[in-house]
Amino acid sequence: MNGAMNLPNKIWIFIDHFQARALPASWETLGAAKFLANALNSSITALVFGAQVDELVQEAFAYGADEVLLADDPVLADYRPEPYAALFSRLAREACPEVILFPTTTRGRELAAMSAVDLKTGVLPDANSLEVQGNQVVVIRPLYAGKVFSRLVCKSRPQIITVGRRAFAPPDFDKSRSGTPRRIDAGILESDISTKVIRLIPAESSASLVDAAVIVSGGRGISNNPRLTPPPGLDEKGAEIWRAQQGFQMLAGLAQVLNGAVGASRAAVDGGYIPYPHQVGQTGKIVSPDLYIACGISGAIQHQAGMRNSKMIIAINQDPEAPIFKLARFGVVGDLYQVVPTLTEAFRKKLGK
Amino acid sequence: MKIIVCAKQVPDSAARVTVENGQVTWHDAPLVINPWDEYAVEAALVQKESQGGDVIAISIGSESAKEALKHALAMGCSEAVLVSDPALNAFDHQFTARILAAAIQKIGEADLVVMGRQAIDDDMGITTAQVARLLGWPALTLISLISSIDPIARKIQVERATEEGRQVVESPLPAVISVVKDIGEPRYPSFMGIRKAQKALIPTWSLADLGLTPEEPVVTWLEALNPTQRKVINEMITGSSLQEIAERLVDKILAEGAL
Repeated sequence: MNGAMNLPNKIWIFIDHFQARALPASWETLGAAKFLANALNSSITALVFGAQVDELVQEAFAYGADEVLLADDPVLADYRPEPYAALFSRLAREACPEVILFPTTTRGRELAAMSAVDLKTGVLPDANSLEVQGNQVVVIRPLYAGKVFSRLVCKSRPQIITVGRRAFAPPDFDKSRSGTPRRIDAGILESDISTKVIRLIPAESSASLVDAAVIVSGGRGISNNPRLTPPPGLDEKGAEIWRAQQGFQMLAGLAQVLNGAVGASRAAVDGGYIPYPHQVGQTGKIVSPDLYIACGISGAIQHQAGMRNSKMIIAINQDPEAPIFKLARFGVVGDLYQVVPTLTEAFRKKLGK
Repeated sequence: MKIIVCAKQVPDSAARVTVENGQVTWHDAPLVINPWDEYAVEAALVQKESQGGDVIAISIGSESAKEALKHALAMGCSEAVLVSDPALNAFDHQFTARILAAAIQKIGEADLVVMGRQAIDDDMGITTAQVARLLGWPALTLISLISSIDPIARKIQVERATEEGRQVVESPLPAVISVVKDIGEPRYPSFMGIRKAQKALIPTWSLADLGLTPEEPVVTWLEALNPTQRKVINEMITGSSLQEIAERLVDKILAEGAL
C-alpha cells in the first residue's frame, strides 16, 4: 500500500476522464497535488466518478494517490455538471479538505465553479504555479491571456483551484502502488437529473492543442502559394481557402513527424481556412508547448498572448520585419511553402521516421 | 421568450497590458464590450428573431460600463440595466455571480440567460456555472449551436464544445448558457440601432435595489506581476540552400533539447 495513510487527507483531486480514459491534465494535477502534499504534510485523496471506471482507480494509485473515493454508478455514465457537483459537494462537506484541485478542463472548470458555490468558498482557475505560505496556498495565474499575472489567495476553506494545462509534470507511474478504493453511494436517481445527453459528435482531430508538446501553426500567409492551381469552378475566395487548406495539410505533415498538433492564428480562422478549435491566442486557446513553430504568422499581440509561454518558438516568415521573430529563438526568412517541406524531410531523416 | 444577456466592459483585445507600480494598466486602449459577450448578444438576438420576445442586457460596473450596454442595445437588445454601487470597488467572482443571479431574479421570468465563454480581462470562465448554480437552473456551457428551443414545452437542445467533440444535450428552460465563437459572428450595430442606443435610458440598480449587502471578498490579490522577461536570443538561420537551412535548424532545435 502506501506510507502516507497516517497523514491527514487535506488535499483532494478530481480525476477528469472520458469513458474511463483520464485526460492528461488529471495526472498533471496529481503532480501539483504531490507538490502541495509535501508542503502541507498531507496525503492525497483522488475522486473518481463515472460508470465502469475501475481501471482509473488503479491508475490513480499508481500515479501517487493515497486514497481513492469511487462513485461508480450508471447514473454517472454521462457527465452532467449538476449531479457531479452535487455529489462532489456532499463528499467535501463531510470530509472538509483544505485544498481541492481540479484539472483545467471543460468539466473541471465548471465543477470547480459549482462546488465553490455549494461550499460557499472561492475558486482560483488556471493556476500556472503554486506556492505555500503556512497553511495558505498562493496561486499564480494569467490575466489578459498571459499579458500579466496575478498572485491570489482564497481566504475561506476549502481552497478550490484548477491547475493549468502543462503547468505541472505528471508524477512517475509506479505500478507497484495499488490500493482498494472507498466506494461511495452516488445516491442520485436519473429522474432527479433534468438534463439529458443525447449523443456525442466526435471531434475530427484527436490531438489536443492545450496538451500538445509540439504545435505547428499557420497564419494568413498560408494562403499565398502562387504555385498552386486551384481546381476549376472556384471563385476568388474559394480559391484562397483551397490554397490555405493545402497549406494546412502541409503543416499537418510536419506536425505528424513531431507528434504535434496543428494551430492557427485568428486571421487564418477568420479567413475560413481552418476550424475555430485550432485558434491560438487571446480569443482562442492559450498554449505552452515545448516547441511552437509559427509559419506565416506575423505575431499580432493577441496571438503572442496565446503562445508566448512556449518553451521554444521557431518563426518562418517571408517578412524579416514580422514581430514574431522577436519572440523566436530561431528564425528563417523565406517562403514557407519551400521551407516547411524541406524541414519536414530533415526532421524525418534525423528522427528516423 | 425573455432572454437576458450578461455583458462586461473590458480593455480591447489589442491592448498592451502591463503592471506599473503594482497596478494593472491597459494604457490608452479603449474599453469595449467583452468580445465573447458580443457572441452572446448575437445568439440571444437570433433566438428573439425566431421566437419573438425581448433581450435584456445587464452589466456590472461603473457609469462607463453603460457604453458596453449601449453597444448591446445598438446590436438590437430591447433594454439594458447597469448594476453599479460605490461599495463595489473590490469584489470577487463569488459576489459577481450573486449580483447577476439577483439581477436576473429582479428582472424576472427569464427563459434563458446567455453569457460569453469568459471575459478577456480576467479569463476566469466560471460565471455561467456559478450563476446557474445559484439560481438552481441547468448550466449549459461552451455552446457552439442552439439546435432548437421550444418555449411552450420549455426545452432547449444544444451542442457543447467539449474536449471529445460536440456533446448534444437537452435541458429544460430556464437555463444559463455560455457560447463560443462557432455560435455565429456578431452583427455590426446598424446606424438606426446606434441612434436608438444613444437615446436609450439605462437604469442603474444599486446593491440595495437587489437586496444585497457588500461582502468582503474571499479571493484576494496579493500582487500583480509582469511576465518574467525571458531572454530570448534571436538567431536567424541562413545557408546556401534550403536543405542546409533545414538541417541546421533541426540540429539546433535538437541540440537545445526542445523535443
